[in-house]
Amino acid sequence: MASAASNPAGGVERLVSINVNGRVRRVDVLPQETLAHTLRYKLGLTGAKVACNRGECGACTVLIDDVNYYACSTLTHNVKDRAVTTVEGLRAEDGTLHPVQAAFIQELSPACGFCTSGQVMSAVALLKANPRPTRQEAREAMSGNLCRCGAYDHYLNGVMRASGQLS
Amino acid sequence: MTYMHIGKDFTPPDVEAKVTGAARYTEDFRRDGMVFARLLTSPLPSGRVVSIDASEALAMEGVLGIFTADDLPPSLPPANPALAKDFITYIGQPILAVAAESDLIAENAIEKIKIVFERRPFVTDPLDTLLEGGPDPYPSGNTLVRNASAGAAAAGTTASGTDVGRIKWSLDQVTAFRNGREPVGATFGDEWTYGDVAAEFAQCKTIVEEPFVTIGYPHHSLEPRSGMAYWENGKCYFHGSLQSHTVGHAQLSAMLEIDPANLVFINENTGGGFGSKIFPYPIMAVTGKFSRQLNRPLQMRITREEEFYIGSARSGMQGWLKVGLKDDGKVGAVDVIIVNDAGSGGGGSASSSAEHISIMYQPAAMRFRGVALYTNTTPRGAQRGPGQNEMASVLAPIMDKAAREGGFDRLAVRRANAPRPDAKFGPRQGGLSSSYMPEAIEKAAAMFRWDERVAQPKVTAGNKVRGIGLGMGYHSAGASGYDGLLRIGTDGKIYLHTGVGNLGTYSYAGVLRASAEALQCSWENCVVVYGNSDLNLPHSTYQGGSNTIFTETRSSHVAALDAIRKLKEIAAAELGGAADDYSVGGERVFLTSDQAKGLTFAEAAQKAIDLGGEYSGQVYPEDINATTKRSVEAMKGTGLIGVAKDTLPKEGTAPGFAIAFVEIEMDLDTGKYDITDYTAVAECGTVVHPQGLSQAMNGGGVWGIGMAGYERHVYDSQNGLPANVGFYQAKLPTYLDVPAKMLTAGMDMPDPQSPVGARGIGEPAQGCGAAALMSAISDALDGHLFNRTPVTPDMIVNHVAQNGFNTGDLKTNTF
Repeated sequence: MASAASNPAGGVERLVSINVNGRVRRVDVLPQETLAHTLRYKLGLTGAKVACNRGECGACTVLIDDVNYYACSTLTHNVKDRAVTTVEGLRAEDGTLHPVQAAFIQELSPACGFCTSGQVMSAVALLKANPRPTRQEAREAMSGNLCRCGAYDHYLNGVMRASGQLS
Repeated sequence: MTYMHIGKDFTPPDVEAKVTGAARYTEDFRRDGMVFARLLTSPLPSGRVVSIDASEALAMEGVLGIFTADDLPPSLPPANPALAKDFITYIGQPILAVAAESDLIAENAIEKIKIVFERRPFVTDPLDTLLEGGPDPYPSGNTLVRNASAGAAAAGTTASGTDVGRIKWSLDQVTAFRNGREPVGATFGDEWTYGDVAAEFAQCKTIVEEPFVTIGYPHHSLEPRSGMAYWENGKCYFHGSLQSHTVGHAQLSAMLEIDPANLVFINENTGGGFGSKIFPYPIMAVTGKFSRQLNRPLQMRITREEEFYIGSARSGMQGWLKVGLKDDGKVGAVDVIIVNDAGSGGGGSASSSAEHISIMYQPAAMRFRGVALYTNTTPRGAQRGPGQNEMASVLAPIMDKAAREGGFDRLAVRRANAPRPDAKFGPRQGGLSSSYMPEAIEKAAAMFRWDERVAQPKVTAGNKVRGIGLGMGYHSAGASGYDGLLRIGTDGKIYLHTGVGNLGTYSYAGVLRASAEALQCSWENCVVVYGNSDLNLPHSTYQGGSNTIFTETRSSHVAALDAIRKLKEIAAAELGGAADDYSVGGERVFLTSDQAKGLTFAEAAQKAIDLGGEYSGQVYPEDINATTKRSVEAMKGTGLIGVAKDTLPKEGTAPGFAIAFVEIEMDLDTGKYDITDYTAVAECGTVVHPQGLSQAMNGGGVWGIGMAGYERHVYDSQNGLPANVGFYQAKLPTYLDVPAKMLTAGMDMPDPQSPVGARGIGEPAQGCGAAALMSAISDALDGHLFNRTPVTPDMIVNHVAQNGFNTGDLKTNTF
C-alpha cells in the first residue's frame, strides 16, 4: 500500500518498529490494530491464538516487558517502545526449551493445545515474578487463561515442576 | 499382563509443537492469493429471507463476491443448512458469506448488505411449543420424525431421512408436567419398556417421584470452526478442524460434490470439539465451494460469537422420574419421562439419558417415554456423553433422597445396584463386554475414605457446611470393523498410519502402541503418520463416544498381526523352515530356536518389495474400506505393508464407567463453595496411557463441575435473544472454580474383547464429576433437591434464606 507510511494530520505513523523476541521488526500497522493481529497475520507468529478476541480466554497471551498481556486486547501502537516476547521466542539460542515448556511436556500439560501458548506465557511471567510459587499462587496467577479441555491440574503440575518443586 | 508399551507413559509426537507454538491449527495456515470470508448472520429467531441486495457491498474495492443458500443444493427442515433462506430458525444462523481481500473489508462489506426478512412466530421453551395452540419453531411443526421416504441428505447438510412433525399436549398435561407430575395420557415421540413396571413398583418399600431440569449449553471449543480451502488440478485441499479424520472424508467430499479421491483433508491439530466436530459440519460446504467459485484460496474465519451460534450445544431436558427401592436397597422399578430441547436442530438424547439409569442402577423393570422438541435456539448435537451425563447429574441427588428415605447409606445403594459382568440394560436388554464397576466403587470409596468422611461433622465453621457426594458416569465405549494400516520401510522404521483425529486426548498415538506392542518393537523406531489424508491414512473410527481406545487398539492390533504374518513368511522363504518357526521382536524377525538367524525389519521390507503381491501392498484384502484401499494403492511397493480390517469377535456393549467422590465446603452466606476433594476412578479396562487417562479424568471432572455449577444457555423468551454468547458469560470453569488438586486412578483390569484389554473413558469422566458435585451440594443442604443443573450460588442463597425458589417449576432456555 503506497500510503502505508504516510502520517496524515491527526493520524498516527503506520509503519512502526516493534521489538519482538529480541528482533526489531518494521511493520505496517493500522491505528486500531491489535497486537494479536500484527503478530499472527503480519509477522507470521501464529503461536498466540485468537479464541475470543475480547480478553476473556488468554489464548493470545504474550509478554510485554516480562508481564503477561492479552495480545487481542493490546494495540500494537502501544508496544512500540517495549519488548514483546511470544511463545516462539522462549527457546534458548541453542534450541533448548524453556523450563516451562520442558515441564509442560513432562507433565503432559496440553490437551488440545489451543490454549497452551497462552498457558506457557502466563507461567513464564509468573515464574519471573515469583520463582517458587505455591500451588494456590500459581492457580491464581494462571486464572486468566481458560482451558476448555480442563487440563488445569496438568498445567499446575507443569508450573510446579518448572519451579523445581515437583520431582 | 506385563506389556512393553501398554500402560506406560510416552511423549506423543505433537506435544513439543504445542508448547513451542509450532503446532498449527486451521487459522494459522496461509496461501498465496488467499481471501477472507465472513458471515452475515440472522438477527431474527424465526422467519425467512425475502430479498438480498448486495450491490453496494459488491461495488466496494476489495470485495470479491457473496455466497448464499442459492449456491448450495436445497435443504429442507429439519436439516441444518449451511446457509439459511426459507427457514431461519435461530438468531445467529448464517445467511450468507462475503469474501474480500482482507477480513476488514469483508466485515465492512457485510454492513452494506440490505436484507428484507419476513418474521415468523418463535419459541424458546420446549413446553411452550408442546402446549396445544403454542407457537411452533418451524412452520410445519415442532418435533423430528423419522421418514424413510425423505431420501438422502442434501449436500451441505447433516440430516437425512428426517422430517418435521408436530406433537402437542393439552393444557392439563403441560400444567401437570410443569408442576412435577406425570402428564397422564400425553403423546410421546419415543418410548420403551422392559419388565413389569407396575408389579415391580408394588414390591418397592421406598418410592420417590421428582421432576428435573437440565439446561443445555454450548460446546465453546476454544478453536472456532474456521476453515481454509483451495483447489489445484481439480483437487480440493481443505484445512479444517474436526475431532475425527478419515471417517469424515466421504461426507466432506459429498458436501463439496467431489470424488473422495479429489479431497485432501489436512487437520493435524484440533482445538477442541467435545462432540461438536465429530463429523464435517455444514459451514465447511461454504468454505470449500466459495473457494471453488472464486478460484482463490479462501479462509472462512469464525468468531467466538459465531462459534456460539453454529458450534453446537448440549440438549436440555425437562423431566419426571419415579424410582422405587426394595428392602435390600436394589432398584425395583423406574418410570421416566423426558422432554428434550433439541434447539433448532438435533434429535435430543432422551433415550440415552434413560439408558444411563438402566445400566447404572439395573432396575428390574423400567419404562421410558420421551419427546424431543425444537425451539428457536442454537442447533444441538452430541456433547460429551449426550443424555447420559446430564441424567447422571440430576439423578444422583434423587437417588440420594431415595437412599435416605429407605434408610440406606448412599454408597450402599450404588453398591447394591452396580452393573456386574452379566448386567443387562436398555430396551433390548443387551449385555456388556465386561464390567468391573463394583470393584471401581470399592476402590474409589477407599481412596476417598467414604466411611470416615460420612461420619464427620457437617458444620465446619460459622456459616460454612460440608457436603460429600458421589456420582457415576457411563458411556458405551467401543466399536469394531475399522481398518489398521502400517508400513515397515527399508530404513527399518515402522510407519504407523492412523485416520484417528487428534482432538487433544493423544489417543491417535496411544492406540498405535498396540501395533508396537504386537510387533515388540521400540517406540523410538515407530513413526506416527496422521493428520493429512495425502499421507495415506486408513479408514478409522470417529472420535466421539469414548470409543477410540477400544476400537482403534483392535484395528491397530490386526494390522500388526498382518505384518507379523508377512514377516514370518518372508523369513521362512529366505532362511528356511516354516513361518511358525519364527518370532518377531527388536525390529527383527528371527528363528525362535536360534535368534542369530533372522532378518532385520529393513531387510524384510526390501524382500517384501522384491516379492510384491500382498507383501508390499500390490494386493490387499477385499474387505477393507475404500479409503484404506486408496491409501494402500498409493503406498504399494514402498515397504512391507500390514493392513487388515478388524473382524475380531465382539459381543455386547463395551462400556466406559467412572465413579467420583466430591467434598465441598459451602458458604451459606454467599452460596459459593470450594471443592476440597475430588477423587475419581475410571473403569476403562487396561490403562493404555496413564498420563492420558489422567488428562481425560481431570478434564472430564472439570466439565462435570461446569455442568453442575455454572454452564447454561440463557435466552430472552420475549425476543429470542441469547444472553451469554461469550466465554465469560457462558462461564466455563476456570482454575479457580476447580480443585487445586484432583485425584484420579484407573482400575487397569482387562476387557476380554480388546487385544490389549482397553476401553475408552472420555464421557463418563464428566458424568461422574457432575453427579458427585450435585450430590455433594444436596448433602451440604441436608438433602435439599434443586432438581436441576446448574445449581448456581443465587439458588443456594435463596434456598437458605427460604425465599421460595421454586425448583419444581420446569424451565429451560429462559432468564
